[in-house]
Amino acid sequence: MSGKVIEAIKINKHFAGVQRQHVLKDLSFSIDKGDFASIVGKSGCGKSTLLYILSTMDTDYEGDLFIDDQPMRLKTEAELAKVRNEKIGFVFQFHYLLNEFSVVRNVMIPGLKLGKYSEKQLEERAMEKLKIFGIDDQARKLPNQLSGGQKQRVAIARALINDPIIIMGDEPTGNLDKKNSEIVFDLFQKLAREYQQTLLIVTHDMEFAQATDHVIEMEDGRIL
Amino acid sequence: MKYRLLADIALALSLARWKQTLIAAVGVTFSITMFITLLGFMNGLNDMLDGLILNRTPHIKLYNELKPSPFQPVQLTAAYKDHYHFIRSVKPYGGRLEIYNVDPIMTAISKDERVLGIAPKISTQVFYTVGSMDISGVINGVDVEAENKLYFFSNYVTEGNYIDLKNIPNSIILGKSAADKMLVKIGDVVQVTTVNGEQQQLKVVGYFQSGIVDIDKLQSYTSLATAQKLLGESRNYITDLQVKLKDIDMAPAMAKEYRTIYGIDAEDIQTANSQFETGSSVRSIISYAVGITLLIVAGFGIYNILNMMIYEKMDSIAILKATGFSGSDVKTIFVMIALTIGVFGVIFGLLFGYLISSVIDQIPFETAALPSIKTYPINYSIKFYIIGATFGIFTTYLAGYLPSRKASKVDPVVIIRGK
Repeated sequence: MSGKVIEAIKINKHFAGVQRQHVLKDLSFSIDKGDFASIVGKSGCGKSTLLYILSTMDTDYEGDLFIDDQPMRLKTEAELAKVRNEKIGFVFQFHYLLNEFSVVRNVMIPGLKLGKYSEKQLEERAMEKLKIFGIDDQARKLPNQLSGGQKQRVAIARALINDPIIIMGDEPTGNLDKKNSEIVFDLFQKLAREYQQTLLIVTHDMEFAQATDHVIEMEDGRIL
Repeated sequence: MKYRLLADIALALSLARWKQTLIAAVGVTFSITMFITLLGFMNGLNDMLDGLILNRTPHIKLYNELKPSPFQPVQLTAAYKDHYHFIRSVKPYGGRLEIYNVDPIMTAISKDERVLGIAPKISTQVFYTVGSMDISGVINGVDVEAENKLYFFSNYVTEGNYIDLKNIPNSIILGKSAADKMLVKIGDVVQVTTVNGEQQQLKVVGYFQSGIVDIDKLQSYTSLATAQKLLGESRNYITDLQVKLKDIDMAPAMAKEYRTIYGIDAEDIQTANSQFETGSSVRSIISYAVGITLLIVAGFGIYNILNMMIYEKMDSIAILKATGFSGSDVKTIFVMIALTIGVFGVIFGLLFGYLISSVIDQIPFETAALPSIKTYPINYSIKFYIIGATFGIFTTYLAGYLPSRKASKVDPVVIIRGK
């Protein structure tokens, strides 16, 4: 065990188009277990692009990516889906909850997909996670009955359900007001400190980034 | 577990847009309903029209045909064997119309496993004498009971009781059109003159109506005994043997067999009535074509609705993929939605199809030409239901498969970054 949750080696990415654009240039770095890391940079510097490559959703890149010491380069679409399900939790700028299911069900879905726990156990686990974020009383409601901040907290709970080795966030506070941003940020802090959860958050909020352990600053497709 | 979760999601997605889902299912229901009704009705009519002729036509008819002898004396002479013969003015020879050794033939044929029954018949030309007029006609002497059992004789006797033909000596059942022409009623006596010049008075005990006016103008029925008496022949004078088979498709082969065994003419139903089969199959093809077109249209409906659903649920698809659902999982979800629509549509379609068929079956349909038909005919063959269900589910599967493939290819990055 190297202790590296994610290791990227010489990642290069081009956007196809009339002019081939070189957006990520020879990026190499790693995230260790228990790290609370953030990627910062101006918009357009390629930080989100990098995150989606790290998340295995974007497979159109050159270079090597290891998650939990396993190479991702040659995995099939279905295998990558399994990696995302098992090892990665996502929090996006937008909550992306399924409005057809109750809050607790939304949290459970990735767990049901993994199939490691029974439905009953999963429900208990989901309630536990919701309790950490103080929204267990909202569990039976539908997502569209919740406020923006609450929804984002549900989304974080969903990201945690399978005990992922890393949580990735793409501007998770970008859509929230100051107060809710702080709540969400505090939650990330809590996860990192109390639960030793590895976190990798893309943000353009410098204040947010300063409070993390490990800041990866990017400019023009390179790490500074 | 895996499929249950996918099924849960499929159900939730289809219930989220339940109106669209319902409309898609109604589309399938409608097309299956029409498919079943159309085929049931069309085939009911087909069966009826075929029955009009085919029920009344023996599968194999054994008879002696008047024809020129295939061999002329000169051809049989050894001296001229190697010569080419020019023979002019060959005429049919004056053979007898009756079947020789009719009793042993009947016994042998009725013992044949493949034969359902055999009905002897005497067919002869007569004139009905009405005042100073002679009207030509054909009298069929029949074995009343066998004729009724095999050829549903009683269905065509519209007035009077068919069995009187057997019980009342010298009785006749006249074709309805012939009776109308002669202005005779049941109980009246008609004078019949045979081709030999013999005259006989026969009592009318009923009318016969086949649905084909040309036949009703000519044909009349008497018992075998009456016909034999009319012709002055003995009781083993039979001109036709009508054989009904268990399997109609065996008729041509068996006709050939009988021809060689008994040395008489044998005509099978396929040769005698080939045009009816053509008509039936063309009608069937048309109704299948219309039914399947309806199903395909319903399939397009499902295709559209699923396509729309996929556009609306792009976010959901993206997050499912981001949290670990593979492309094939997403595909399964949408195929499940399509199949759910299909299965429910098909079940209700079959049900409504059956109901509408039964309603049509109750609608009175009385026509002078078809005395035995009281309501519109419907064929309830399970075959149509099976074809309808299979095609229905196949079409919906196909209609779901194409959009689901698109859904499986949704790139979550594009959706999530696009926000």
